[in-house]
Amino acid sequence: MSQSQTSPRSRSTTRHHNRPQPGKAASHPLFSSRWLWIRGLVLPVVCLIGWEGLSHIGFFPPNLFPAPSTVVQTIWSLTLSGELFQHIAITLYRVVVGFVIGSGAATLLGALTGYSRLAHQFLDPLLQSLRNIPSLAWVPLFILWMGIQEPSKLALIAVGVFFPVYLNLMSGVQQVDRKLVEVGKVYRLNSLQLIQRVFLPATLPAYIVGLRSGLGLGWMFVVAAEIMGASQGLGYLLVDGQTTGRPELILASILLFAGLGKLTDAVLATVGHRLLYWQDSYGLQR
Amino acid sequence: MAYSDKPNSASSDPFTPETIMLRLDGVVKQFSNGFMALDDIHLTVEVGEIVSLVGTSGCGKSTLLRIIAGLDVPTLGQVWVNHQPIASPQPEIGMIFQEPRLMPWLTVYENVQFGLAGLSKAEKEHLTYLVLERVGLTAFAQALPRQLSGGMAQRVAIARALITKPSILLLDEPFSALDAFIRMKLQDHLLEIWQYDRPTLVLVTHDIEEALVLSDRVIVLRSNPGRIHQEFVLDLPRPRKRTDLRFQQWKERLLNALDLTADSRSSSSAEDPLPLEVY
Repeated sequence: MSQSQTSPRSRSTTRHHNRPQPGKAASHPLFSSRWLWIRGLVLPVVCLIGWEGLSHIGFFPPNLFPAPSTVVQTIWSLTLSGELFQHIAITLYRVVVGFVIGSGAATLLGALTGYSRLAHQFLDPLLQSLRNIPSLAWVPLFILWMGIQEPSKLALIAVGVFFPVYLNLMSGVQQVDRKLVEVGKVYRLNSLQLIQRVFLPATLPAYIVGLRSGLGLGWMFVVAAEIMGASQGLGYLLVDGQTTGRPELILASILLFAGLGKLTDAVLATVGHRLLYWQDSYGLQR
Repeated sequence: MAYSDKPNSASSDPFTPETIMLRLDGVVKQFSNGFMALDDIHLTVEVGEIVSLVGTSGCGKSTLLRIIAGLDVPTLGQVWVNHQPIASPQPEIGMIFQEPRLMPWLTVYENVQFGLAGLSKAEKEHLTYLVLERVGLTAFAQALPRQLSGGMAQRVAIARALITKPSILLLDEPFSALDAFIRMKLQDHLLEIWQYDRPTLVLVTHDIEEALVLSDRVIVLRSNPGRIHQEFVLDLPRPRKRTDLRFQQWKERLLNALDLTADSRSSSSAEDPLPLEVY
């Protein structure tokens, strides 16, 4: 019963995860999920209408801040020419590959430094000092090492993704309730079983937070990487719009970044809520 | 009295009668800061006996229980459970903590199975429903820990400990976090469940009534250093009524034994409005 009610509600929660759930609305899952959908759309729609209206009466100069309809037209023509699909595909590819590499390395190292005191003593100080380097400072070095092609871009994104995932996972593992670990010891679980049956599920909430902030940084760094030098991708559209004086192209790219970023985050958040249905926390209250 | 002479008794203890489930021999626990938590504890508990360890806070009673469970190692001395020396947790030792300590991501059903190993799914299911029925929580098998009350969660913890059929069950202030009414109910309930397999019970508590309701024998510990101060064999018939005159008389005797003031043995603490807990 609890699970069947959890899924529709958590799907809506993912879009509104910053807002507490009112208890009454959740009594009818279908109604509440529709209702919350609309709530999240109100402000963007109002802004778009306002923007469109102000553009039409000439409040915004069209050569600097074109109307939403112009931006949509730009997106549509890019879609028709097939160009948009290519830009989105290459950008998504970079984010996903960079994210997988960065979060994979962070998962290994974060689990290690969280679980083992020795590994923590040896590795963590170094990683923490590397974390304090602004990631963009790596760009010249990466370009020098790996050239201007894909590897340097992927490396930059991976570095951006790495740290939030690493930090969240490590502190998550360290904060696992000692009392639950002791239960595992009473039942003579070996290290592997202990990790699998106690540490992994107990760390999952912190890990998912890490993955989500890592993904956010991945989107930040794909823009940086594509502005530095690319012939394709949504970040390239930004530069293209700037050099050819087409603000509608820049705005189109920004809107697409917003949409794609939200979409990928929603995927992670939904997976997270599905996995964390057991949590007894304020954000999950009925 | 028969003496144990098992074939693989190289490390076992041949000098203890077979009716003895637990034997502590000169157990000393000194913490790294020099504090003597336990000093020279000798204790034997018979098979199927229910023994309570009572004492004020800091008398080392929980430490003693953790040493018996194999979760802590004594500085000196030896613990034998079922004639085997204990240095780490063993399958025949069950442990119930002050908090339920359920895995919040597992259902009641899965939590109860947590300690089961090496059984088929059908066997596990059979055992799980057996113990869930004993603690009266069959209807909550698919519930999550967050949906349970404190008393129900502790019953799940009891079921989790019982499912492995331990020959000795250690309870560390198991009901102290619950309100007085639920606590009394669970004490009676524990005795009902105990009837099935009659494991040896060693209970740490600072609730004198709890010790009186449950135990055959009460061991009073005193602190700094933690030592066994007095031992009482309770001659109260079962089932025990908390309101019986003799129950109340026993309560007074135990309160006196626990009292730390110098003239405690001569004075009576009966003027106290029946304190449930003694600190």
